[in-house]
Amino acid sequence: MDKLLDVENVSISFIQYTQGLNQRDLKVITDLTLDISEGEILAVLGSSGSGKSLLAHAIFGILPENANLNGKIKYKGKELSQQDKEEIRGKDIVLVPQSVNFLDPLMKISDQAIGHTESDEEKKAKKTKQREIFEHYNLGPEVDDMYPFQLSGGMARRVLVSTALLSDPKLVVADEPTPGLDEKTVQETLNHFKHMKEDGIGVLLITHDIHAALEVADRIGIFYSGYVIEIALKEDFTGT
Amino acid sequence: MLKNEKLLKFLGKKIVRFIILLIFVILLSFILIDMSPINPVKTYIANLGVVSPEKIAILESYWGVNEPITTKMFNWLANIIHLDFGTSLIYRAPVLDVIKEKFVASLVLMLSSWIFSGVIGFLLGVIAGFKKDTIIDKAIKVYCYILQSAPTFWIALLFLMVFSVYLGWFPTGLGVPVGTLSENVSFWDWLHRLILPMITLSVVGIASITLFTRDKLIDVMNSDYFLFAKARGESGWNLIVRHGIRNVLLPAITLQFLGFSELFGGAVLVEQIFTYPGIGQAAVSAGLRSDVPLLLGIVIFSAIFVYCGNLIADVLYNFVDPRIREGEEDGG
Repeated sequence: MDKLLDVENVSISFIQYTQGLNQRDLKVITDLTLDISEGEILAVLGSSGSGKSLLAHAIFGILPENANLNGKIKYKGKELSQQDKEEIRGKDIVLVPQSVNFLDPLMKISDQAIGHTESDEEKKAKKTKQREIFEHYNLGPEVDDMYPFQLSGGMARRVLVSTALLSDPKLVVADEPTPGLDEKTVQETLNHFKHMKEDGIGVLLITHDIHAALEVADRIGIFYSGYVIEIALKEDFTGT
Repeated sequence: MLKNEKLLKFLGKKIVRFIILLIFVILLSFILIDMSPINPVKTYIANLGVVSPEKIAILESYWGVNEPITTKMFNWLANIIHLDFGTSLIYRAPVLDVIKEKFVASLVLMLSSWIFSGVIGFLLGVIAGFKKDTIIDKAIKVYCYILQSAPTFWIALLFLMVFSVYLGWFPTGLGVPVGTLSENVSFWDWLHRLILPMITLSVVGIASITLFTRDKLIDVMNSDYFLFAKARGESGWNLIVRHGIRNVLLPAITLQFLGFSELFGGAVLVEQIFTYPGIGQAAVSAGLRSDVPLLLGIVIFSAIFVYCGNLIADVLYNFVDPRIREGEEDGG
């Protein structure tokens, strides 16, 4: 299987003012290396607030301005510059965000899923595609005209997942997709990722939910205080 | 249907509050004027030349000067309920007619500058927010800080000096050219005289709306949904239009409506300096020349005006935002 994403020796730090004008480099991620292949689910497991999300943001080139990124992020063997990231994000690589807060509160769901279009034909084509995928995820036509605050927890999750699949991505980065959901919805969400895997999509699952990680991931990386301590096969965790 | 019911209930509540507010405004202004050294009889006789003490006594009893304040107030209130605001002493015409005429002139001035400042301020704010921390942003910010800290009358004087006196582009004042009857004033004459006061008044209003819009846009640009839109491949100006302006517009319009009171205060000063015959100037001369009925009338109408602005802002905030609008439908 081909490698999709290589993250090599990535460090992310912030410049922080301590006393007066003294600056300090606050390292959030240190020397992180991982890789994902087609049809593979890699879980990065770490506690909340440990900076896992920044890894996702670094891949998409949406880190805050005061963040420093060192190291290489390669997609299909090619190192990505900021421009490359802007080019492929939303197309080859897509993000499944944490919560419904990541949707524009004043825009209807289908408009957001489709995104900006240049022409009417493009819009129509995308609209048809969006309807198809939404239907697949059990989201009726009424969802198209809803606003984010009207979605239930499970619906919001399905909307976020289907929004990601609209552009036929090669790689899905899911940032904490399961917290705050009931058992059934968690299961449903994890099944979505399994289906993606079967379709040959690579999934980077960033989570603090060890059960979720054990259930779907092929390999699991343990992330602790800025370091990835070890990446191991799922089997190594269960002892079978 | 339910939505309309909610709106009606909301408006009903607002109207009750409005009536309470009006009662307090009337009480307070009446008491203040009664305590002040303003004497309508003196104003009246000032125009008549020599008047005997007997005549003054008759006038005083006619106007009820020496009656207790409660009697005075009840008489006045009873008249107001019949929409009789009395006769203006300086214009020698019914107060309602004077206010109508002056208010129309002022409304044109205030609304045009209100729209102008809203549009320009919003655009500047969006540009400054979009180009945050660049030289453009800094220039706009400096411009706003200067305007924000400069008093209205000073800017008005400055404009008058530069554009009317040195450059001679606009007349220095008055609503009509000297020596022309008001019926004969052409539309262009009138517009020509409106431009400078209008620009002065809007320039003052631009600063607050620009700074507000800039701040709001920067908030939106740091929000999760903006980040996600970026991650989905949207970028640049499109991103600002699709997600930024959509989320900034409503609060900005609300702020602009809340600015009605400042607009009114600004108009008083600007009209005074440009001798523009509007409600602000009428208020100042009514105050300076002891025209009690006119002054009270203006107080009431300006309270109504400002209240309407705030009411529109409230309605916008509560019923236009889909989060609240649709939410209520569902909740029903």
